[in-house]
Amino acid sequence: MDWQSFSLSLQLALVTLALLLPLSIPAAYWLATTRRGIKPWVEGLIALPLVLPPTVIGFYLLIVLGRQSWLGQTYEQLFGQPLVFSFSGLVLASIIFNIPFAVQPIQRAFEAIPLEVREAGQCCGLGFWQRFLRIDLPLSWPGMLSAAVITFAHTLGEFGVVLMVGGNIPGETKTVAISIYDRTQAFDLAGANAMSLLLLAISLTTIVVSYGMVGRMMNARRPV
Amino acid sequence: MSLELELRNQGPDLDLCTTLPAGSITALLGPSGCGKTSILRAIAGLLHPVRATIRMHGEVWSDSDTRRFIPTRHRPIGFVPQQYGLFPHLTALGNVMMSLRQLPATQRPARAQAFLDQVHIGELADRYPRALSGGQRQRLALARAIAREPQLLLLDEPFSAVDRTTKRLLYVEIKRLHEQLGLTTVLVTHDLDEAAQLASHLCLIDRGRLLQAGPTREVLARPCCESAARLLDIPNIFEGRLASTGVPGSQFLEWGPHRLKVDERFTAVGPVRWGIQPGNVLMVRDDKPWGDHLENPVACRIVEHVELGADLLVWLTPDGLPEETLQMRLPARALQRHPLQPGQKMTVCLRRNDLLLFRGDAPHAGRRPD
Repeated sequence: MDWQSFSLSLQLALVTLALLLPLSIPAAYWLATTRRGIKPWVEGLIALPLVLPPTVIGFYLLIVLGRQSWLGQTYEQLFGQPLVFSFSGLVLASIIFNIPFAVQPIQRAFEAIPLEVREAGQCCGLGFWQRFLRIDLPLSWPGMLSAAVITFAHTLGEFGVVLMVGGNIPGETKTVAISIYDRTQAFDLAGANAMSLLLLAISLTTIVVSYGMVGRMMNARRPV
Repeated sequence: MSLELELRNQGPDLDLCTTLPAGSITALLGPSGCGKTSILRAIAGLLHPVRATIRMHGEVWSDSDTRRFIPTRHRPIGFVPQQYGLFPHLTALGNVMMSLRQLPATQRPARAQAFLDQVHIGELADRYPRALSGGQRQRLALARAIAREPQLLLLDEPFSAVDRTTKRLLYVEIKRLHEQLGLTTVLVTHDLDEAAQLASHLCLIDRGRLLQAGPTREVLARPCCESAARLLDIPNIFEGRLASTGVPGSQFLEWGPHRLKVDERFTAVGPVRWGIQPGNVLMVRDDKPWGDHLENPVACRIVEHVELGADLLVWLTPDGLPEETLQMRLPARALQRHPLQPGQKMTVCLRRNDLLLFRGDAPHAGRRPD
């Protein structure tokens, strides 16, 4: 069992979640409430990782974040190390690849709040932040929990993008999915099996528990 | 002291200008999709019409000329939307407390409880909206709306989701609350009976336009145009011709072979649409002497009659007008005293004061007078 890879994958999933979720909430709220013509374009851009092969996204990220790029060079000048083939680069790639998994469930949750409920908040004299904190946020908790679980589970098992952007550096970029791949290539099927089972168990448990919670929360918040 | 409204908009279409009296219940009556709710939302500041002037007791809430716009949250309104818009994650008490955020947190629960008690659901304070019946939800929405102690109460078809019995109880509740608080109230409804029972002022709305506004009894008795008459469910609308013998006060309405005396204020001659309420079509009993009080007799033949609750509806074909059907409404008990048979001859009386003469539609009802 490659515990180092497991630990790295968990770190990557948690950091991705911690950074992506706060960014996804305002983006999802904007998408749920805007009527601007640009909305379908933004939605399409956000959904791209769902349809593009991970290797394609990984390839472009490699180009954009690489040492030859403006971004890569600026990062290297500021932090003294390249962005690609590092944990930081992996986090950035993971955030970009997980945007649809985080934004869409939250957007759907915001969209499910009836207009009458939102407007009732205004008629009660609540300002924007009061409405957001006391009405929108509590009513969209199930969507946020869904987003968090899917992002976490998806990051934990991500392979293609991680391999393209991070490579296979033990303790730095070698996640559990890459470790499983390595073991399989080396015909260590028992090791690959043990790690795959653990990953399966963690993912399944997380999803089942969260779906149960989401279901209960949704029932409690269903509009009347 | 009143609510002055001037709204013009496209999509949803709005074109009206009127003043609603303060301290009374005004009903906005019109068919579904005619823009009633949009008017209510514009008053609340939830809809931004292309042109809007809204003044409440002289205070400007919206004025597109000066670009003044008071946001919804700062308008002293209480709003009960059609589906109530209750916060599903909060208890009944929590819902009402949302309207009391201007009070110190320690005072809110007691105050919210007092409003729940006022609408007779005080014992349901800990229940969530999903655990309340339709009528209880409506009361909760009402408690939340009045908790802000608004100057203006807006009710958007608040009785559409409750059964008949609950509806009647809620009518009483609304009337009682109105008497207690004296709030200027605007009620949106498509139910003529509801408007007639609750409102002292009535605005007839059609496709976003104001057809007629005035005291409810007056509007119900004398619709100003054919559209208004149709909105008030008056089935007797016919084509006729106003004529005169040349002598002042000698105007009459030609309706096929019938000559009907009309009110002296109708002076012009020419084609005209006219109508009469079914309740104003009076049966002339053969055994009664023909006196001066019986005017405009029209000989008819009974086509059919149907008993609807306490009413008896009788359809008649006037002599010489086989294509026309005149509807008459009588108390159902009249059938016991005067058995009616299809094909039977009958004379009805159409009093001149009950005749409604329409000259075109009412495009100017929504315009501010020059």
